[in-house]
Amino acid sequence: MEIILAIVIGVLYAAGVYLLLRRSIVKLILGLIFFSHATNLLVFLAGSLSKVSPPFVQEGQKVAQSTVADPLPQALVLTSLVIGFGITAFALVLIYRFYQSSGTVDFDQLKED
Amino acid sequence: MENLLMLPLVLPVLAAIVSLFAKNSLNFRKASGVFFTLAQLVVAVVILVKVYRDGILVLHVGSWPAPFGITLVADMFSAIMLFFAGLIGFTVSVYALGLMDERRLKFHFYLLFNILLLGVNGAFITGDVFNLYVWFEVMLIASFVLITLGGERKQLEGAVKYVTINMVSSMLFLAAAGLLYGKMGTLNMADLAMKLQNDPSSNLVASSAMLFFIAFGIKAAVFPFFFWLPASYHTPPVAVTALFAGLLTKVGVYAMIRFFTLFFIPLGGIWKELFLITGGLTMLIGVFTAASQYDIRRILSFHIISQIGYMIMGLGFFTPLGIAGAIYYMGHNIVAKTNTFMVGGMVSKLKGTFELKSIGGLYKTKPYLALLFIIPAFALAGVPPLSGFFGKFILVKAGFDSHHFFVTGISLFVGLITLFSMIKIWNEGFWKKQPEEADEVVNYAEKKVGFALVFPSVVLALFSIGMGVAVGFFFDFCMTAAQQLLEPSAYINAVLGK
Repeated sequence: MEIILAIVIGVLYAAGVYLLLRRSIVKLILGLIFFSHATNLLVFLAGSLSKVSPPFVQEGQKVAQSTVADPLPQALVLTSLVIGFGITAFALVLIYRFYQSSGTVDFDQLKED
Repeated sequence: MENLLMLPLVLPVLAAIVSLFAKNSLNFRKASGVFFTLAQLVVAVVILVKVYRDGILVLHVGSWPAPFGITLVADMFSAIMLFFAGLIGFTVSVYALGLMDERRLKFHFYLLFNILLLGVNGAFITGDVFNLYVWFEVMLIASFVLITLGGERKQLEGAVKYVTINMVSSMLFLAAAGLLYGKMGTLNMADLAMKLQNDPSSNLVASSAMLFFIAFGIKAAVFPFFFWLPASYHTPPVAVTALFAGLLTKVGVYAMIRFFTLFFIPLGGIWKELFLITGGLTMLIGVFTAASQYDIRRILSFHIISQIGYMIMGLGFFTPLGIAGAIYYMGHNIVAKTNTFMVGGMVSKLKGTFELKSIGGLYKTKPYLALLFIIPAFALAGVPPLSGFFGKFILVKAGFDSHHFFVTGISLFVGLITLFSMIKIWNEGFWKKQPEEADEVVNYAEKKVGFALVFPSVVLALFSIGMGVAVGFFFDFCMTAAQQLLEPSAYINAVLGK
């Protein structure tokens, strides 16, 4: 499972970087989205995947009876997902306004003035 | 008394909430914006004095003990940076009173301003790696909106570059934090530092360290990651640029110094050499590119980069004097750099442009403005008795003491070119005659600058002089901070309560 996820992350990073380097501003934003998903998956994977019980303590016990999964990476990913969501929304509005004011989605068409 | 550490975070949030309630009264928003930044400055001074007297302040938020909960820590380094954040927050908020147009103020300029300060303050006092990421994001989102506020075409162009590169940098930061957690199983900085010291396989975190270096390097605009800064910093109104120039890049430098003194340099490796090389190149390339520019804001933007190199170099020396010099230099640079941007803003207000070729004769018409410019400009170039001279002196002494002659020589040479750039602004803007073909531009300009513009600039100029004249007093703080940074056991014990 880990190896599959690692390959997926690698592909996502590669696709993200490729899109970031394109001239089109829409592809730039798509690249950023790929990049952020790859990063979230990486944090998730770094917390190690294992077939253990969810991190709950049974009623009446003070510590969990069996090995439990580490809940922290999921909490971290959740936080960064929310942040990424907000920033992506902002970036989408930004490129739309940019398109409105410059009339182009191609970076090479921009001239220094 | 530890609850004092909540105030730098609570005050900006309060300011934001209050300004949302003032729906129709612009004056109330302005007044509350300035009031709350002043309150932050006062709190920062209290924290600085308290940390200096009683040692490191630690607050476990919600009484969750470290390393499980979020910890707020203020050691000397954090307290010094908090103070400068407060000083810049207050002065720029006053400056914005006279500079920002009504449309931008109506779109909640002061709310965003305070949220930005919230992110900066939070980044300075947090003791948790992931929490630092969150504060970086708070700061970034506020800065995204501030840089686009107004929606002019140039601003949007600059903002696309700014947003893209900063998002990439944040994701690298997050990836580094995730990998670090996967290796060490904790994200509390003190706990991490302790575990790394006792871990024989700790060189495995080098991948995280490199990712952190790139992430913070992008934020701090070190070579070769600085290209976004001159492409975007000259686009928003100069009050926003002054705030960004003073604080944002320094948060990156702060994080770099904090992480690498606490975690990575003690583990060995190439870090010190890496810092010396990137520091030297950052200084050189920043100052050379500045010399070829003719727009005041662009010249000053490139100089931000060049000055960052000095701080990185100080970290690379990794001696108490070197780190203390880097911290002193950061303080000096925050004050002087913000002030040069403020004076640049006044010049453009009088002349209607930032382009040096269409400006002239200011020395004749506005001699006080010339004086206001010459103080921070000479401070940046390092002329005694201003703050920059002592900043450079400490760093050069640290460099010679630790036998890094080559990079120290570069830093002296860069000081000379900095002086050249400042004299160029002086010659073109203040001394030469007003060019005749620029008359049509002058019509847009205003006759005089208001008190709100002059006052903060005077405060910062006096501070630059004060930091130079009373150098022993300020250096004492920096040296204490450097010693704490190089002896992390005090920090670790304070947080983990041993």
